[in-house]
Amino acid sequence: MTDSIDIAHLCTLAKLELAESERDSAEADLRNIMLMVDAMGDVNTTGVEPLAHPLEFVARLRDDTPGPTIEAGQFQHNAPETAEQLYLVPRVVD
Amino acid sequence: MAVPTTVRAQLEALNRGALSSVELCQALLERTGSLEHLNVFISLNDRLLDQAAAADEARAGGSTLGQLHGLPLAHKDIFMSEGLRTTCGSRMLQDFIAPYTATALQRFADAGALVLGKCNMDEFAMGSSNENSFFGSVANPWDADRVPGGSSGGSAACVAAGLAAAATGTDTGGSIRQPAAFCGVSGIKPTYGRVSRYGMVAFASSLDQGGVMARTAADLALLLANMQGFDPQDSTSIETPDLWLENLKTLPIETLDEALTLDAKLTVGLPQEYFDSGSIGARAMDDIRTVIEVQGHRVQDVSLPNTGIAIPAYYVIAGAEASTNLSRYDGVRFGHRANDAKDLETLYRRSRSEGFGTEVKRRILTGTYALSVGYYEAYYLKAQQLRRLISDDFKRAFADVDVLLTPTTPTTAFERGAVSNPVTMYQQDVFTVPASLAGLPALSLPCGFKDGLPLGAQLIGPHYAERSLLCLAHQIQSHSDWHEAVAIAGVPA
Repeated sequence: MTDSIDIAHLCTLAKLELAESERDSAEADLRNIMLMVDAMGDVNTTGVEPLAHPLEFVARLRDDTPGPTIEAGQFQHNAPETAEQLYLVPRVVD
Repeated sequence: MAVPTTVRAQLEALNRGALSSVELCQALLERTGSLEHLNVFISLNDRLLDQAAAADEARAGGSTLGQLHGLPLAHKDIFMSEGLRTTCGSRMLQDFIAPYTATALQRFADAGALVLGKCNMDEFAMGSSNENSFFGSVANPWDADRVPGGSSGGSAACVAAGLAAAATGTDTGGSIRQPAAFCGVSGIKPTYGRVSRYGMVAFASSLDQGGVMARTAADLALLLANMQGFDPQDSTSIETPDLWLENLKTLPIETLDEALTLDAKLTVGLPQEYFDSGSIGARAMDDIRTVIEVQGHRVQDVSLPNTGIAIPAYYVIAGAEASTNLSRYDGVRFGHRANDAKDLETLYRRSRSEGFGTEVKRRILTGTYALSVGYYEAYYLKAQQLRRLISDDFKRAFADVDVLLTPTTPTTAFERGAVSNPVTMYQQDVFTVPASLAGLPALSLPCGFKDGLPLGAQLIGPHYAERSLLCLAHQIQSHSDWHEAVAIAGVPA
């Protein structure tokens, strides 16, 4: 299945860009990793229920009541660019 | 007085007034300064001495916060501590200041502990050698040309070098146990859900688990007792309290030995799949087995037939979860932002490409591929089915035995730069990943040396069996001295 690896497409999906010089080695590494992973196909898993969570419990829901909150400014302190409590990004609509 | 290196000895010295918290912190900071070449810390807490002075003053006034009053602890730089930088070893978060404190660290603070500093680590906890940090690799205190293991390598090196009596770590596929083994210290990955993940930067959410490293199992017990417990802020936190651990954090330090006494005789299983691969630690495993048998425990062979498929399954599941978790780094709300991006799409791509290192990109691409259209069933679903088989193997084994004994790693610490092939590096986790996939508690403790480098043995228990692991490890350490060996001259045992 590793023949189908299209590193440019995967980068688009993952919102990454690789320099020309990185692309070949990234593709070769991914191919080798997936060759290792393909060993999974040797084990018969017909009828085996997938295990998504090690303790198999259902995610707990809390009561819908207000709790303590952290001021927006405390979070936005880490934002690269803000104005009036809004996050700034490059223009989306001309 | 000479600064003791175990948590218990430091607390006893603080409690009887033989040492002040300021003296202890100053001594550790001086030692850190003299061992800068190890590159253990990414940040030190510049308010530490003031906080230590406040702890001393409170003690003098007859008021102590809790069992760990005045004790400086180091933390993997994946745990948030309000007001301190939390980088996760990444350029992406190199200027990130934590806006709140992780539950685990808050519980230490509530017990009176101080934050000494934040330890170096593989970027976003992805690695087995600590060579993937934006802040440079960490040296192993036993041999500075060798790696300390990863991803919690800074924490393990910190304890081994005597820069703190204990340090927190996180373990997704072995990131506490493997560096503990490489650095000759003890480390525990608790049952999944035992320690809150709130405020712990996410890598693979169904696997990530916080824990701790120290020189002795007794110290691990004391610290785990103080950091664990139900947290409504973490939707996968275990709700049922562990009464033994809850009780432990209320006891006087002097009674710790009594609390860690192992009354029962256990049956210890040796999974043959962990001993068939030409591990270099065979003699050390025989030695620790002998210590166990001399204490009256029974040892028998068991089989975990799906062990060999754990690494492929783990790298699919962890990659898939990582690619999802790390989608939050977009250059907008926090983290690195590329300069001069003309549109939003370019901003995302360039910020992420500049902010993430090679191994993180590799894991994101692996996860993206495994989750992409047409491959979900062949990879992600298949890996989850294998996860079930691996978990069932353990359940069958634990019907016959109380705990399992295995080597922690297939090799001793390797030379820095020696392993460049990612698939080869991933095999480092071969003995630690299965317990992670099953969410089981597992503990690594020193069990000998090979060519002057430490070897680790791993104890694995059923879910919630931390008490058995800690008590057995304490008993082993009460009848052996591997854990007392010193990495660097000047560190008292």
